[in-house]
Amino acid sequence: MKPTLYVESVGIAAPGLPDWPRSIAALAGAAPYQPQPLEAYSPTLLPPNERRRVTQVVRLAFRSSEDALARSSIPAAALATVFASSEGDTDVVHRINVALAQSARSLSPTDFHNSVHNAPAGYWSIAVGSKQPSTSLAAFDGTFAAALNEAAALALGDGLDVLATTYDMAMTPALALKRPIPEPFASALVLTRQRTARTIAALSLAETQEPLTVIHDPALEALRRCNPSARALPLLRMLARRASGTVHLPAGGSSLSVTVAA
Amino acid sequence: MKPLRISHYTVTSALGLGRAAHAAALSAERTGLAPQAFDGCTLATFTGTAPDVDAVKLRAGDEAWDCRNNRLALLGLQQDGFLDVARDACARYGSGRVGVFMGTSTSGLHETELAYRDRSVDGALPAWYDYVHTHSPCSSAHFVQQVVGARGPAHVTSTACSSSAKVFASAHRAMRAGLCDAAIVGGVDSLCLLTLYGFNALQLVSPEPCRPADAKRNGISIGEAAGYALVEWPESAARGALVLGYGESSDAHHMSAPEPEGRGAHAAMAAALERAGLAPSDIDYINLHGTATRANDASEDKAVMALFGAATPCSSTKGWTGHTLGAAGIVEAALSLLAIDQGVAPRSLNTIEKDPALQANVLLQARPQRMHRVLSNSFGFGGSNCSLVLGAES
Repeated sequence: MKPTLYVESVGIAAPGLPDWPRSIAALAGAAPYQPQPLEAYSPTLLPPNERRRVTQVVRLAFRSSEDALARSSIPAAALATVFASSEGDTDVVHRINVALAQSARSLSPTDFHNSVHNAPAGYWSIAVGSKQPSTSLAAFDGTFAAALNEAAALALGDGLDVLATTYDMAMTPALALKRPIPEPFASALVLTRQRTARTIAALSLAETQEPLTVIHDPALEALRRCNPSARALPLLRMLARRASGTVHLPAGGSSLSVTVAA
Repeated sequence: MKPLRISHYTVTSALGLGRAAHAAALSAERTGLAPQAFDGCTLATFTGTAPDVDAVKLRAGDEAWDCRNNRLALLGLQQDGFLDVARDACARYGSGRVGVFMGTSTSGLHETELAYRDRSVDGALPAWYDYVHTHSPCSSAHFVQQVVGARGPAHVTSTACSSSAKVFASAHRAMRAGLCDAAIVGGVDSLCLLTLYGFNALQLVSPEPCRPADAKRNGISIGEAAGYALVEWPESAARGALVLGYGESSDAHHMSAPEPEGRGAHAAMAAALERAGLAPSDIDYINLHGTATRANDASEDKAVMALFGAATPCSSTKGWTGHTLGAAGIVEAALSLLAIDQGVAPRSLNTIEKDPALQANVLLQARPQRMHRVLSNSFGFGGSNCSLVLGAES
């Protein structure tokens, strides 16, 4: 039998999917998916002065992470973390490159420390006081699969319960022609080594060459295709339906088969 | 933990191309740092610039990937026969069973710097600029896959200056989980204006060659490098040093400053020792993160003292290479392996007068000694810490 890990809770943040409780119906197909823009969000776990200053990408990662945490039995400080994003904070990339293209080349120290790919992970560890291992990954359109693989290995191999958050903001306009990502998308999973009272599903993972799972609802399929982090949607829909089955998600040259037992 | 065999490795930095150049520079105590002359940068500082990066030509068909970071990545792959060994591993295991895990902090960001200078009047980026293949964070891992022909799991770990230490942990996890049977791990970070001006904005760039642990240390010298290791299970590869343990932690303190008491560093080192099944007294030498900022060296010193005390010899090798950021983990793993081969603990190069406030046994002279087990530290922005325990072949 393949190694199994357990999903305790899920968080989401995307147009029309403002948090997990308010997204279940649309994801499960019980209500039409209506992609209204996400309203602004202020992370609750950050101190008030940081709340005002943090970047959009940190807000997006926090939004889905805080949503997942709300239904988890594990204290946030006890969770290892995987923060994964195909492109990271492209607003900061844009601001920095505009500044460097000017003769003064004057950089904001805050923009500089926000430019690291692990900025959301750093803010998260500070916000919740987690000294657990944390990693920050990128794998282009396979980013969600890479994050799930790393989180599963952290859970099953290193014996840690894990928060795995995958997020991509809408690409900053100047770079959007080069890498079109028109809408933001983030999801977060609290994954445990053992079944808990709150477990909603068991997962087992395997590499395959099976064709990728697509979504028959055209609006959700458009969302899945428009943002690398939204490649998680087939799994999230199965979790929303509390259904069992297998989905195939992009993982570089192959696909990641995720078998869900509700 | 079950050790990983490092069946082959290579490193390219300001010290030169490949292992022999690095071994020679270690023995001769020759720094690779020189006054910087990077792309019109006017800062008075020293950098560790890798040789001949601009002259590297990518293979026909790979042009889309062309940028300073991937040129350096290719230059590094071509040293010490690493590319042939990596391709041979793909043939032996099957290309789908060889993972690629790369660490980088800034990826091909310099290509974006060049593109932003070439914007049209309405702000549009030039047609020649290929963000996806050069700057997108996973570029280097996909480029290495492309050149080597590996088709297993691949990602970039980007946790600032701990990135290419953590790839050893990712490889171990992926192999243990059965996702792959062997992995190419590595790191590549190349000079760019962002890191020069960014660290300068934080007042962390030294105007002279960096002086780790020195009483008058005043910041980092930025370097660039590429390095790789092929890791396999010991029963599948007869020869090579071992990764005995890894340890990871988060400071949960500050985005760009280390926790002053070194608690996060302590936790990472202790976790690495625990995985290796070793006591602090089993470690013969510590390759410090040792960036030569006031805060890093003081914090790391407290962590080393709390766990090891004042006996264990230690030093930073950043006086040789500069701080190669996302490549620092693999560079310092490689320098540690060379030091194991030489049976010499390297000294803290450029350290003239040790800071009396630092209590750890920072070596001011190279020391021939037993070098069976070495611990290497890599700590990054966001409070991301990783320590590796490396062991001699037998």
